[in-house]
Amino acid sequence: MTQLLVFNITNGLIIGTFYVLMALGLSLILNLSNVINFAHGGFLVIGGYIAYTITPYVGFWGALLIAPPLTAVIGLAVERVLIRPLYGRDPLYSLLLTFGLAFIIEDGTRFIWGAQGKPVTIPAFLAQPLSYEFFFITGYRLFMVAVVLFIVALLFLLLRYTRLGIRIRAGTLDLETVSALGVNVRTLRSLNFAVGIYLAGLSGVLAAGQLGLEPTMGAGVLMPSFIAIIVGGVGSLTGTLLGGLLIGVASGLAAVFLPAASEAIMYVLMAVVLLIRPRGLLGEEGMMT
Amino acid sequence: MSGEQARKLIVIVAIWLLLLLAPYWMPPLGGYTALGTRVLVLGLAAMSVNFLLGFTGVLSFGHAAWFGLGAYGCGLMLKFVALSTPLGLIAGTVLGGVLGGLLGTLIVRRRGVYFAMVTIAFGQVFYYIAFQWSSLTGGDDGLRPFSRQPLHLGFATVDILSDATAFYYFVLFCFALAVAVMGFILRSPFGRTMLAIRENERRARFLGIPVERHIWIAFTLSCFFMAYAGSLYALVNNFADPRGLHYSQSGDFVIMAVMGGMRSFWGPLLGAAVFVVLQDYLSSVTINWMSFVGLLFVLVVLFFPRGLLGVIRRKSEA
Repeated sequence: MTQLLVFNITNGLIIGTFYVLMALGLSLILNLSNVINFAHGGFLVIGGYIAYTITPYVGFWGALLIAPPLTAVIGLAVERVLIRPLYGRDPLYSLLLTFGLAFIIEDGTRFIWGAQGKPVTIPAFLAQPLSYEFFFITGYRLFMVAVVLFIVALLFLLLRYTRLGIRIRAGTLDLETVSALGVNVRTLRSLNFAVGIYLAGLSGVLAAGQLGLEPTMGAGVLMPSFIAIIVGGVGSLTGTLLGGLLIGVASGLAAVFLPAASEAIMYVLMAVVLLIRPRGLLGEEGMMT
Repeated sequence: MSGEQARKLIVIVAIWLLLLLAPYWMPPLGGYTALGTRVLVLGLAAMSVNFLLGFTGVLSFGHAAWFGLGAYGCGLMLKFVALSTPLGLIAGTVLGGVLGGLLGTLIVRRRGVYFAMVTIAFGQVFYYIAFQWSSLTGGDDGLRPFSRQPLHLGFATVDILSDATAFYYFVLFCFALAVAVMGFILRSPFGRTMLAIRENERRARFLGIPVERHIWIAFTLSCFFMAYAGSLYALVNNFADPRGLHYSQSGDFVIMAVMGGMRSFWGPLLGAAVFVVLQDYLSSVTINWMSFVGLLFVLVVLFFPRGLLGVIRRKSEA
């Protein structure tokens, strides 16, 4: 029983870190640009398939380094060409556009790489279980969590101490004033979008090593990421972090006691949070509500 | 009668004539009557989404949930309780509408993108329930078998099960009922208040309008219309499918409304007609129809944000 419990909580935490990575990217873009990026799962898939394609040449480590920035470059191009014209308009339009984009990306990957799942080989030493008793904790899982922790710490440092980060945070609160102070808001939004997509690409590479690749895998992570943002509170990145871990652990626990509800528990959690604290756990009143 | 009024009258007469005569002009153009029935039902759904989106200015991106619940309510009634088409319609409408109204109380305080996200997420709840609860809903395979029943009118029996044209007219009758109610609401003082909230929510609030309550009522009404359309859809297919509750279905409804023209009453019906015909055609000629539908979303947003009717209207005004 203890083993089962530990197994599922660890599982939940690991899945939670995934949600966190995705939700943070979504949240960054949502906060600054008011765009709900439905194609975020699509960028995860792109990141994963780029890693799959270049692994034979540069190995897993190379792919881990190269694939996410490449994804970010694709994201940047998409932002420039398709999303930028929509910034002044009702958020409905960017929502619909990225929604259509998600279709195109899913169908496109199926067209290029085929509908069958693809494996990504990870270094042998990472695939070993660490101990006999806790066989489910493989090196790769620990490694994934470490990477996510490292990146999230880096992101929060970037937002806290660098000029770009400070501008992003200021823009989240009042973009007009930031613009009036002479900051090029267009560039700011592009960079911010690229950072968000980088995170999606990274999730893609990490997920590929654990689960393999499928064209439809993006859609599955999208909804939990949305819920992580809502539970944590729109506008708060710390909230998103908390929300992601919380729903991960909750669905892990539900898998022990009521397996059929492991998906539904997230929604229950969201309903409870909205009932008690409509702005989300760490959301601030007046922010985008 | 002023010129403006006369023009409106002509347009409305033309729309109803087209709809009434559809079983006669569609087949020669390469369509089939069942396609017309689908357009009516999905058009009604798009109009229900637009009731909220276009006339109250609130974006719900999870409306497929209420549509799907309507379909399941209708199907469950026909399968397990009573073999009656009207009872099925009522059961579906009530199930989707009531659940929508209940969840609406949690949602209506949110605005803008936050509202959209919460509606998407809540919509998915019902998708998972329909997907997981196989013993009741049939899970991934969908709810079956059930079928629409002949209508007993007392003096006559109408066989809507095997006669496609009779069924088309039955659906048209149901469509007309809903559209009449919708039009009546929009012309009422309540409908005017919805427009006021859309145009300037803050000013409406200052005028003493209880904005949250009005949005909740509009949301709930729109859920009832949606569930009604969903019940009809179950009758069209004799089948209810979890994918009918999925957020991608919601996206289809929203794009129909936008493509046709959000600011006009009939726009979503036109959008639905274009969408349904296009999807029907594309899925018969290419397996990559998803890309084309996605492309349609992108193109509509970039080039036709006002919708087809919006473009026509602006041309005629210029």
